[in-house]
Amino acid sequence: MVTLHHYLILSAMLFALGAIGVMFRRNLIVILMSLELMLNAVNLSFIALSRYQGSIEGQVFVLFIMVVAAAEVAVGLAIAVAIFRQRGTVNINDINLMKW
Amino acid sequence: METFLFYVLGVVTLVSAMCVVFLRRPIHNALFMILTMIGLAGLFMVLHAEFIAMVQLIVYAGAVMVLFLFVIMLLNLERLKLPEDVQGLRRWFGILLAVGMACLVFPALRVVLPGGTAKAVSSGLLQNTDIIARELFTTYLLPFEITSVLLLSAIIGAVILARKRTKQREEG
Repeated sequence: MVTLHHYLILSAMLFALGAIGVMFRRNLIVILMSLELMLNAVNLSFIALSRYQGSIEGQVFVLFIMVVAAAEVAVGLAIAVAIFRQRGTVNINDINLMKW
Repeated sequence: METFLFYVLGVVTLVSAMCVVFLRRPIHNALFMILTMIGLAGLFMVLHAEFIAMVQLIVYAGAVMVLFLFVIMLLNLERLKLPEDVQGLRRWFGILLAVGMACLVFPALRVVLPGGTAKAVSSGLLQNTDIIARELFTTYLLPFEITSVLLLSAIIGAVILARKRTKQREEG
């Protein structure tokens, strides 16, 4: 029998993997992908909670999260393309102008 | 059955998520990301969120990941370290995959091939979509309208950011 805990644990593992990717990868595009992974982990926990609490609000929120994620990906990839044109790289170690 | 599906899909999702994070080449990351999205869509199906599962497939596994692949190929991050003998085995493997895919998705073959006789059960899907639509267009109408503004601004922002600024570069 699959309980809510199974889904929440799976979601937490996916989120942790995404966070590891954001922290340890140096490629801007892979970092954006890891960010998507984290958003999807949150979506999974929303859907699981919506199912086990018997309410539809979770699924509506997931729709909004998907819209925000799509907008974020579009703008993020546009920034990546612009940076690549400017600097010739998407390695974030080389993009350190606004790092303290 | 639900337990079995959960474990299979969960393992597929986790393993491909690990591949997304730990593999070296961005194109492999993107392809495994698609697999992760498909696994998550299957999990949504198991959770009886059919509409979200379909949106996940279309928006994430379709549009967003195509955008990622497009940018990866546009930036050409790999510097083409492929071996020279790509022509041999890989071409036949590709042709085989393409034929298999055509057999799978081409609807004309469905007429020739024998299919199941069971009727399509769509009431669950309709009900789920029905409920979400009712919530979305009554309770959450204002956020729904705001997301359209958000999408519009994202489109404008993406176009302006990714535009080629030839004139400024010549001046600067």
